[in-house]
Amino acid sequence: MSRPIIEVSGLSKRYRIGVIGATSLREEFQRSWDRLRGRKEPDANDFWALRDVSFEVRPGEVVGVIGRNGAGKSTLLKILARITEPTSGRAVLRGRAASLLEVGTGFHPELTGRENIFLNGAILGMTRAEVRQKFDEIVAFAEVEQFIDTPVKRYSSGMYVRLAFAVAAHLEPEILIIDEVLAVGDAQFQQKCLGKMRAVATGEGRTVLFVSHDMAAISTLTQHCLLLEAGRVRSFAPTADAVTEYFSRHGRIELAYAAEGPAPARPRIAAVTVETSESPGIQAAGQPLTVRIDLEHAEPLKQGCLSFQIVNQFQQPATHLWLYGTDTPFGSQPGRTRLECRLPRVRLNVGHYALKLYFSEPPGGQMFEILEHVCPFEVVRLDATTLWGWRPEACAYHEEGEWTVSPC
Amino acid sequence: MRAVNLRELWSFRDLLWLLVWRDFAARYKQTILGPLWHIVQPLLTTVIFTLVFSHVAALPTSGLPPTIFYLCGLLAWNYFSQTFSSISTTLVANAALFGKVYFPRLIVPLAGLFSNLISFAIQFATFLVVLALYRLLHPGATVALRWEGVFLPLVLLQLAAFSLGAGLWLAALTTKFRDFTVLAGFVIQLWMYVTPIIYPLSQVPAPWRRWIAINPVAVPVEAFRSLLLGAGAIGPALWAISIGMTLGVLVSGVVIFQRVEKNFIDVV
Repeated sequence: MSRPIIEVSGLSKRYRIGVIGATSLREEFQRSWDRLRGRKEPDANDFWALRDVSFEVRPGEVVGVIGRNGAGKSTLLKILARITEPTSGRAVLRGRAASLLEVGTGFHPELTGRENIFLNGAILGMTRAEVRQKFDEIVAFAEVEQFIDTPVKRYSSGMYVRLAFAVAAHLEPEILIIDEVLAVGDAQFQQKCLGKMRAVATGEGRTVLFVSHDMAAISTLTQHCLLLEAGRVRSFAPTADAVTEYFSRHGRIELAYAAEGPAPARPRIAAVTVETSESPGIQAAGQPLTVRIDLEHAEPLKQGCLSFQIVNQFQQPATHLWLYGTDTPFGSQPGRTRLECRLPRVRLNVGHYALKLYFSEPPGGQMFEILEHVCPFEVVRLDATTLWGWRPEACAYHEEGEWTVSPC
Repeated sequence: MRAVNLRELWSFRDLLWLLVWRDFAARYKQTILGPLWHIVQPLLTTVIFTLVFSHVAALPTSGLPPTIFYLCGLLAWNYFSQTFSSISTTLVANAALFGKVYFPRLIVPLAGLFSNLISFAIQFATFLVVLALYRLLHPGATVALRWEGVFLPLVLLQLAAFSLGAGLWLAALTTKFRDFTVLAGFVIQLWMYVTPIIYPLSQVPAPWRRWIAINPVAVPVEAFRSLLLGAGAIGPALWAISIGMTLGVLVSGVVIFQRVEKNFIDVV
């Protein structure tokens, strides 16, 4: 086994709530005075963003860091990126590390795209020679060739973000620390970013730490995940296990989805339920399954498009079903509309699934709502056995095959 | 105490130059006069000083023409005050950047030091032009550049070292207490009056003269006029105090800055 490239042991970080940024000179004197007189400071205000975190990453590994907001993900990354120091414990990084905590930091609006590429590259730790060498590649990746000599303040937000990501993506550190960059640009550019990151992560043998809430991105990019909960390591396991645990702990455990709050002006998905064949949340393969979707719309829907994916525990969509108002008009009466989709024979492989729903107008129109990870259910196999046991990773779904055996 | 990692600083030298260039290039985008502002400011100040302090208050100017006297003093003072102000905002003004990316934080104050050197060069050229014009208009004038002027870079170095040290102190303090931002604004105004800019050092009563050297800017300002124009003299004792103070402020400034930069992002 090679030596770990990232070695974190007993890392803790304390913040002082209420004191942060709110001190005036007078308060500070007051506190020093109290300390001098032996009065202990109340530590009720202490908040441990990280508590005794230890893990190791080997060279070339791509590790995801997941956990709900406030779990300590960003603090961990900030310490690894040397932006702040831990209160105790240590983090050893063996190699040049670059962080991509937010793209576009250090861009100067008055400077041109060209000037900002050099400036941003230098801020991220590249030398001028390195930037010059990568310059054309960066510009081409960002698709801003025509505007390269325009001040970036005249860029559209999409162009700005593309350029920023392009600079950062062409860094060549041994350790790359990434926080939520995929929330940028349009869907097409996101795919491109994901592709670039995959190339960086896999093809080029780099060690990557990747923080995201996007479980699909986490699942495609990483092999292992560190699951943080309230500043402590909940688990450090293969991604599929960690993601499942994340959802089981933090995801919607409700088997049905119901929108909260009063109906807004724009159409929305009011409720989703999945009727499984066995007990609630348990579906047997080969049996029927029904998905019920209630739409809420104050106005008649002109042409609605509703579709859903059944996404497996590896965050891969296993199947996609849709109902388009252009084929089957629905929602012509204002109020609520119920759509029901029955799958007569579920052919999904065993494992954990959830729905991802899309509610929109036809292409070019509005996107009303995207619901992720609702109505989780588990598919089990009751009617057949295999010699090796049922495994979620064996396949996505089961095709009906007809075998014949004959001498030849 | 953590020593300054010089090798790391050196590896970020490209960033230093880019920041120097950015400070300079970005400051004057969308202005009409552009870098000419570097010239306008000292010239206007000199005009006002000449009117008020020379003509109204009739303060002596070491036998130099008042215009040349004030402009020469301002040359040194402006480098100090501008560098000091820009360095003192280093941490707070760049908090957004420092919160996202790591690079040696000292790069930013160093960049301030160098980019203000560019404006110093412009102001120095202005000073030479004004001096030449003055001699042209007053053929009998005795004021002239002295060969001792070649030592000016050493004085400038001391001024830069002190600006850096004092700026780092303030930068570190403002991260915790914004009171210091307010303080810095008027301290710099008052500071100018305890520095021999509108009066020569020789005009300070003898018992006080030693104390004025505690202000490490006073001796360099006087030295500017002494080296360039031969007006006024500075004894070795004053030099020693001034250089000692400068080194003290510089070293302690770097130390406290390095202590604060590690965690300041948690408090701003």
